[in-house]
Amino acid sequence: MADLKTKDRMKIKRTEMPLRDPEVRKHDFDEVPVGFTMEEAVLEASRCIDCGKPHCVEGCPVNINIPGFLKALEKGDMQSSINILMNTNQLPSICGRVCPQDQQCELVCIVGKKNKPVSIGNLERFVADYAMEHNLIPDFTPTEAMEVDQKIAIAGSGPAGLTVAAELRKLGYKVKIFEALHKPGGVLFYGIPRFRLPAQVIDNEINNLKKMGVEVELNALIGRTYTVDALFEEGYDAVMIGTGAGLPKMLGLPGENLKGVFAANEFLTRVNLMRADKFPEYITPVIVGKDVVIIGAGNTAMDAARTAMRFEPNSVTIVYRRSRDEAPARTEELLHAEQEGVKFLFLNNPVELIGDEEYNLKEMKVIKMELGEPDEGGRRRPIAIKGSEYNIKCDMMVSALGFGVNPLITSTTKGIDVNSWGAIVVDENGMTTKEGVFAAGDIITGGSTVIMAMGQAKTAAKGIDRYLKAKREVK
Amino acid sequence: MYKILKRKVIAAKTVMLHVEAPAVAKSIQQGQFIMLKLNEYGERIPISISGWNREEGWLRIVIMGAGRTSNEILLMQEGDEFESLVGPLGTPSHVGKFDGTCVLLGGGYGAGAIIPVAQKLKELGNRVIGVVGARNKDLLVMHNELKEEVDALYITTNDGSEGIKGFVTNALSSIMEKENVAWVMGVGPVPMMKAIADMTRADKIPTYASLNAIMVDGTGMCGACRVTVGGETKFACIHGPDFNAHETNFEELMLRQGAYKEPEAIANEKFKDFDFSKI
Ligand SMILES: Cc1cc2nc3c(=O)[nH]c(=O)nc-3n(C[C@H](O)[C@H](O)[C@H](O)COP(=O)(O)OP(=O)(O)OC[C@H]3O[C@@H](n4cnc5c(N)ncnc54)[C@H](O)[C@@H]3O)c2cc1C
Ligand SMILES: Cc1cc2nc3c(=O)[nH]c(=O)nc-3n(C[C@H](O)[C@H](O)[C@H](O)COP(=O)(O)OP(=O)(O)OC[C@H]3O[C@@H](n4cnc5c(N)ncnc54)[C@H](O)[C@@H]3O)c2cc1C
Ligand code: FES
Repeated sequence: MADLKTKDRMKIKRTEMPLRDPEVRKHDFDEVPVGFTMEEAVLEASRCIDCGKPHCVEGCPVNINIPGFLKALEKGDMQSSINILMNTNQLPSICGRVCPQDQQCELVCIVGKKNKPVSIGNLERFVADYAMEHNLIPDFTPTEAMEVDQKIAIAGSGPAGLTVAAELRKLGYKVKIFEALHKPGGVLFYGIPRFRLPAQVIDNEINNLKKMGVEVELNALIGRTYTVDALFEEGYDAVMIGTGAGLPKMLGLPGENLKGVFAANEFLTRVNLMRADKFPEYITPVIVGKDVVIIGAGNTAMDAARTAMRFEPNSVTIVYRRSRDEAPARTEELLHAEQEGVKFLFLNNPVELIGDEEYNLKEMKVIKMELGEPDEGGRRRPIAIKGSEYNIKCDMMVSALGFGVNPLITSTTKGIDVNSWGAIVVDENGMTTKEGVFAAGDIITGGSTVIMAMGQAKTAAKGIDRYLKAKREVK
Repeated sequence: MYKILKRKVIAAKTVMLHVEAPAVAKSIQQGQFIMLKLNEYGERIPISISGWNREEGWLRIVIMGAGRTSNEILLMQEGDEFESLVGPLGTPSHVGKFDGTCVLLGGGYGAGAIIPVAQKLKELGNRVIGVVGARNKDLLVMHNELKEEVDALYITTNDGSEGIKGFVTNALSSIMEKENVAWVMGVGPVPMMKAIADMTRADKIPTYASLNAIMVDGTGMCGACRVTVGGETKFACIHGPDFNAHETNFEELMLRQGAYKEPEAIANEKFKDFDFSKI
């Protein structure tokens, strides 16, 4: 394929990811996309014209050399392909599955101007899975000569914590991750469902880190089990906070504590982390209603809706106050939800939750909305239409409205400044206002994406390296 | 892994355990709790702490068989291990030096949970009275341990088989007649905590209840443990577990505790006819 002309490459039709039949897949938790074959992957990679100024690289928050890994794939040089990928992205099998490529690299792909963009995300997934299966993952374990006698404690094992761990261990630092839950992975494990991100994929990434010598201590809540100051006293030279956003936002409506009303995190955690889908083999229960309503239209909302679907209710409806165009979820998630029979009620907003005498949710009062002038963010502001309230039947409601920031660490550690909504403030090196304490991920943004968390984590890792180098020189 | 170092059956379907957890033992304070998980298949359940040894690195807990998980724990022996134990969770009890007597009331496992609070109150120089209640004298637990930590101990049993006949509130009302009560805290079944709140409301005596909401993670991440206090939604696991009892919506708490009755019965099927008398 290497001798294809640009003109011809531009004409090749985009290979769409084969998906499992919605009627089958909505009854189980197995992964929905089937994955490319080698032939499909090579053909799709050949659609990349290796243009002079690859916008996709700039479109990627961590600037993966996308043409580089695609061209190596096209040539069948899988080792180079994975090496190039992992040079910038430690978690390609995860990013290939969950990144909003449609809003990043693929959005600016030049091929997409005339044809459809190259399927970069699916190819990233392919290369990463292939490398894992064929033992091609490059070994980043530092040599003995590279070992540095300085220790870093990382709070949280989500994408931010995992990335900092990898980057610093590569450089020879001793790294230990402290995770509050009994399983590592953060939102990747407890939030994102298995039909989008199989457990094996996360386990593989974490095992890679462990092989490099990264230690993981589970059931350790930083701020309580060990305070940040206690970690310094124990001899850690730097502390990195990657504890995520944490606190789910509730609706603030009458009836929000009725039985049957959930924050998305509770519903998803019961299923993903505690395996309530396998009750009573796994003994944590979940009760999914007959008529399920999800509030919000981001990735979390789609995940909650599709998870509810797998418990075979009568209906699952997404209620969102804006229109489809403003829905923040990945395009693919919206599509997959629709295919699986999730209904959408755009331009509607809940105003009250109504229960029965047993305190069970029975109905929800919603009001119709229309779009007004754009707000500061450029999205058109939803405005309630007076007198348009009506009730819909609903015995389970899941709110997926985003997160507040968990104040646990900042409230138990002096000197870490937060901004007006509680997110930790960091400088250009990822350092907080407390010396030696760094932060990255949702804890500094209040909720974003896996890849943004990883990007910030790389900044923090560089900052930590610089900080610790300077400390070594002083000695 | 978190090993059981010591086990003692202290009443019907009730055990006291010392569990190895050095890091938690080092940092725990009065009123905080842990989440326990038995094994891969287990549920995470919140458990209060009735004591600890910071040097030897263990926690003392009291478990009452209520359903599947607690029943499984009743059968665990010395040397057995929990897969997961995380803590200390929650905000420590809001203690201080008060201008009058402090009264701590415990029912069920709550009798153990108030011991660290009693110790702290004494340390701060307060006069502390303990009250332990049970249905009958065979179900009384941790009263002997509590007795060591307080200036006076009252016992109440519903059938009068020991101490005052009636409820912990019977003891509370007679204490309130005799002493200048400045601070009250109750840990136990919801109706008990509600009755305590009702009794101290008129005199505006600061009164706390430790709210036993259903929890999943215990770290503030999921919102399962929502309670209404002063008309606002709070998360029991991080804002609590202790809240102003006069402002707590106990009816809601009780209704929410019952949310999983059906699946809980299914999960506990294996213990339906189990004979716990020989554990
Ligand atoms: C349901 C859902 C679906 C999503 N889907 C997507 C998607 O498709 N694509 C995408 O890019 N993004 C998605 N996101 C967002 C993305 O998952 C987050 O932006 C990302 O996980 C943030 O990473 P993090 O490392 O900052 O935090 P997290 O992933 O939140 O991890 C933080 C970890 O720290 C632990 N922790 C918390 N407090 C402490 C403490 N005090 N001590 C020790 N450990 C602690 C937590 O238990 C957790 O494991 C989704 C989010 C949700 C909730
Ligand atoms: C802060 C706090 C401290 C507690 N301390 C103790 C203690 O020291 N000793 C003790 O024996 N018990 C304690 N409990 C209660 C204990 O957590 C429950 O009895 C236990 O979870 C029951 O689980 P099960 O599987 O045995 O029974 P189930 O049959 O599952 O439940 C029996 C009842 O317990 C409650 N419950 C069930 N699951 C949970 C859950 N995940 N979280 C909270 N409550 C639940 C429900 O109201 C339920 O109806 C405490 C609870 C809280 C919130
Ligand atoms: S138990 Fe999950 S937030 Fe309290």
